[in-house]
Amino acid sequence: MAFTSMMGARVTRREDPRLITGRSTYVDDVKLVGTTYAAFVRSPFAHAKITRIDVSAAKASPGVLAAFTADDMRNVGDVPTAPQIEGLKVPKHPPLARGRVAYAGEPVVAVIAETPAAARDAADLVEVEYEELPAVVDLERAVAGAPYVHDEFGTNIAFTMEINGGDTESAFKNAAVTVSERLLNQRLAPVSIEPRGMVAHWEPGPQHLTLWSSTQIPHLLRTQMAVALGIPEHRVRSIAPEVGGGFGSKLDVYAEEIVAAFASRALDRPVKYVETRSESFMATVHGRDQIDLVEIAADRDGRISGLKVKILANLGAYHQLLTPAIPTLTALMVPGAYDIKNVAVTLHGLFTTEVPTDAYRGAGRPEATYLIERAIDLLAAKLGMDPAEVRRRNLIKKEQFPYASAVGLTYDTGDYHAAFEKALQLAGYDALRKEQEHGRSEGRLLGIGLSSYVEVCGMGPSSALPAPGWGSATVRMEPTGRVTVMTGASPHGQGEETTFAQMVSDRLGVPIDDVVVLHGDSAIVQYGIGTFGSRSTAVDGAALYRALDTVREKAMKIAAHQMEANVGDLEFKNGKIAVKGNPEKAMSIGEVAFAAFRGLNLPPDVEPGLEATRRFEPPNFVYPFGTHVCVVEIERATGAVKVLKYVAVDDCGNIINPMIVEGQIHGGIAQGLSQALYEEIVYDENGQLTNGSLLQYAVPHAGQLPMYELDRTVTPTDVNPMGIKGVGEAGTIGATPAVVNAVVDALAPFGIVNMDMPCKPERVWRVMSGHDGETNEKAAKS
Amino acid sequence: MIPASFDYLTADSVEQAIGLLKQHGDEAKLLAGGHSLLPMMKLRLARPNVLIDLRNVAGMRGIKTTARGLEIGALTTHAAVAQSTEVSAYAPLLAEAAAAVGDVQVRHCGTLGGSAAHADAAADEPAALLALEAQFEIAGASGVRTVAARDFFVDMFTTALGPNDVLTAVILPRAFPASAYAKLPHPASHYPVVGAACALAVSGGSIEGARIAITGVGSVPFRATHVEGLLAGIPVHDRKKMESLCAEAARGVEARSDAYAGAEYRVAMADVMAARAVLAAAERAR
Amino acid sequence: MKRSISVTVNGAKWTGDVEPRTLLVYFLRDTLGLTGTHVGCDTSSCGACTVLLDGQSVKSCTLLAVQADGESVTTIEGIGDAEHLHPVQTAFWEEHGLQCGYCTPGMIVSACDLLQRNPDPSEAEIREALSGNLCRCTGYQNIVKAVQHAAAAMRAPKMERERVGAPAD
Repeated sequence: MAFTSMMGARVTRREDPRLITGRSTYVDDVKLVGTTYAAFVRSPFAHAKITRIDVSAAKASPGVLAAFTADDMRNVGDVPTAPQIEGLKVPKHPPLARGRVAYAGEPVVAVIAETPAAARDAADLVEVEYEELPAVVDLERAVAGAPYVHDEFGTNIAFTMEINGGDTESAFKNAAVTVSERLLNQRLAPVSIEPRGMVAHWEPGPQHLTLWSSTQIPHLLRTQMAVALGIPEHRVRSIAPEVGGGFGSKLDVYAEEIVAAFASRALDRPVKYVETRSESFMATVHGRDQIDLVEIAADRDGRISGLKVKILANLGAYHQLLTPAIPTLTALMVPGAYDIKNVAVTLHGLFTTEVPTDAYRGAGRPEATYLIERAIDLLAAKLGMDPAEVRRRNLIKKEQFPYASAVGLTYDTGDYHAAFEKALQLAGYDALRKEQEHGRSEGRLLGIGLSSYVEVCGMGPSSALPAPGWGSATVRMEPTGRVTVMTGASPHGQGEETTFAQMVSDRLGVPIDDVVVLHGDSAIVQYGIGTFGSRSTAVDGAALYRALDTVREKAMKIAAHQMEANVGDLEFKNGKIAVKGNPEKAMSIGEVAFAAFRGLNLPPDVEPGLEATRRFEPPNFVYPFGTHVCVVEIERATGAVKVLKYVAVDDCGNIINPMIVEGQIHGGIAQGLSQALYEEIVYDENGQLTNGSLLQYAVPHAGQLPMYELDRTVTPTDVNPMGIKGVGEAGTIGATPAVVNAVVDALAPFGIVNMDMPCKPERVWRVMSGHDGETNEKAAKS
Repeated sequence: MIPASFDYLTADSVEQAIGLLKQHGDEAKLLAGGHSLLPMMKLRLARPNVLIDLRNVAGMRGIKTTARGLEIGALTTHAAVAQSTEVSAYAPLLAEAAAAVGDVQVRHCGTLGGSAAHADAAADEPAALLALEAQFEIAGASGVRTVAARDFFVDMFTTALGPNDVLTAVILPRAFPASAYAKLPHPASHYPVVGAACALAVSGGSIEGARIAITGVGSVPFRATHVEGLLAGIPVHDRKKMESLCAEAARGVEARSDAYAGAEYRVAMADVMAARAVLAAAERAR
Repeated sequence: MKRSISVTVNGAKWTGDVEPRTLLVYFLRDTLGLTGTHVGCDTSSCGACTVLLDGQSVKSCTLLAVQADGESVTTIEGIGDAEHLHPVQTAFWEEHGLQCGYCTPGMIVSACDLLQRNPDPSEAEIREALSGNLCRCTGYQNIVKAVQHAAAAMRAPKMERERVGAPAD
């Protein structure tokens, strides 16, 4: 198919041939001669002192090379954490537990053996004695006082953040109506289908360490590992091979990675560690986990005047790479897509004896969107107003952009009403309400839920992040006119090998098959920050755009010189640089590339070669937005929720490949919907994970998800030259409240205004049957 | 993920299998489809030292009609049972229960006999077999015997099989064309949170005798005898009446509770699923 | 004690000794080097390990290699390759039925199994048939479309079907 333009084209992916034939290399496919395997012994207790470790039986077990404890790793750095929040309490976090454990699953001993089976068998022989300490699992008790996860702090509050915009006191005092609610945003497990893994290869000859990690951040990992292990950074190579999903859970530096690298250097053998799924539930970061107390103030017409939010965020036992930063993103997005002038947020980040939380698709923003979108519906219910109308009256208007929110962010561009109305129209909102009314008269429990979201992504301005946020790209034209791109993004399903090739094809006029996009290898690619926070196109794509600018500029100069023309007389179109008005006098970009390589007749101030490396420091985040509409029906007898319809209108600015954007939204909605209906990590009062397996933790299968009807509006951003916003997390952020609002709406005949996620059948059934006698009778009759 | 080490033996006959069981005692487990046993071994919750694979034993697969009724070899896969035209005609309940097990891949490997012998408290086929009043043909050291379903399922993971017994076939003595299965699945494991199997003996347009078995609620599948009694004599076209009688299906049973669903909910859902199974079975009688 | 087995994998017979506890998936990946079949869980839940055993889809993580003695196995590598893509593979490509690719080999094998049993499945039948294969990236919509696309392509008259290889674009 010949596309008229590469931008906006539904180009099938360059990644796919190797993936559909099973011929790529994920970390467990990396096979080095002499590889040894690591198995970990993990704490069975949530909180305990370690009183004795005996590895002698393990060491004597067949095929075992070593059994390491924290004592062996005294010279190795701790698991790193980046955020520097004022007053933040940072517990010591050694890769193997030293003296105490603070969550069930914390690694204590690493056994290295010739085969995975030998390592596992030997791990079973390790003896560890513990003295149990009290578990800390309840957030409201944790914030109040003892017992403490980390006694040295004398508190479980790792940090407190307060934001005050406007004057909420007056707003609430003068409000005609206020609504408050306690909302739970439950703990989730990211569950990328590929678990985490690492191959660490220390070569004693060259004194060089190579790491293959299923990671989202190969370069950052390299730097952190070099520091932790005391190996000079330039002697470390970090490779992200094919990565089977991450969703934020692989945006990290994990204890097991540090241990594997340490072990490789100690043994002069490659060491491979791949977590089992059961391990993953207690060894890979969790997401979300907040209790949010929301208060909203409004006038009789539903115009919101004030918002107060108190957030209790469960950080878990330690800080992983971004742990405390995640709930700060919640605090910054609580007003959502609405023009609320008076906002007060108090955020407490709390330690518990649970697996650390960190980024998981949306990373703090789903929690914000959930609380404001639920608050809108609660307000609508209190006022007896249509929740669509309450949104309509409060959404930020397009004339107000760039919009300075009360909590200090500047939203770049937006037309929230356009997406909102389009979504309602696509869903047939008015007809749906009529259908609902009719259905209710027949005893059907139909619910319609809305969610109008804006989210902050394109992570991000370096000054606003705990780590650098710039993007990088190298564009190199080869002698034969092919193009090699090296991007600082590290895609793991997002399709940049295709979309970036589309951008190159569009701007250099080379066929897309003549472009290759390399990523994820620190020996090949200039420093990159990795892929997360919906940044790859908005930030690394912008760096690519600049690099293409530089290449074009240089190509023009060379062509001008060789054609004895002025640069100003030339135009670069469809891969040819031609004299304006004289298309015969032209050079193809390939000819220019060869000329640059050959080094003949180049302008005196121009070096040979046609290549550019550029970086992009984003001046702001980008703010995609949209409206989702969800229709559900509740099966009265069982409480089961069925999604009848799901409509999403999302705006991520300009689009390179709509097929890929739609795929990101599908996947995002699936995860958001799943939080609403299926998933929850449940700890018992002893800090034991009760459902840490795929037999209990319900990652949905195809039979449990609906078709999604998508549409879009296009409001380009001015933050980058392409006008492109991020989209990877938007679907998730928008979906969860749309679904829960629909469920609560379906339960309105019972007088229900709130219920917690996930809306599992039993929970819905209880909510229905736990109500007053009259509605129970009504329920029984139908 | 990696099971503990074990020795692997294949039996060429039932007799040999019994001999090997005797020889190795409680170190040994029989291997059928492996889809109940292997998952436990991979998590090291089970560590048999010896596995005796029955895959080469002749005569343990297949579905045939004999004087005893419809006989299904213990090694017949869930998929084969689900897709069998004979089972669908004779006892559609069992075809439905088999089709409800796990997923496509599990059904291609897991067996009717293996699932019955494993006796998970939440399992689809045992409920069906209980309702169909199946007979279990068991070969042991002292010969072959048959055990009625109501005596076969003793407790959670406990059946009437002795340590040296081999379940060789499941026999359905009587056809129940008016039968059906209803299930409330666990969203992650696909196991029945509650499953109800109903087989109706119908005569002259009315229920002569209902057999309703519930799984997922107690520690073992049980017959809802209270409801069965109430349904006797009710015309199969009287949907409202039949539905209203499906109450207290779990009467007298101590209901389980776990992280996903509590006891109260299971008890209530037993009624809901029983009603669904009864109505669907009645539909087949009309 | 190792056991001698003989297994035909993707048409090629392999004979040798394996430890009884070796799972079929690790036999395929480590002994035969066929790493296209993936491991995603340890509870037989995710289906990333799906292969065909005697033509039927099975979870190779829940079988011992010794249980495949005398049988024939088809992995993703045997379904098709770059020169000869199977219509299901082509359909996944054309419909963007994959993102990170990790669940994809198992998903494709399951789809092949479905279509050989049911050449014209409804959306509901497709979703049910794939309920043993988890995907975290796509939300399944494009996977369903891919299977529908493949079903149509495989039902089409033979002349149309000769066009294999890269999708037109």
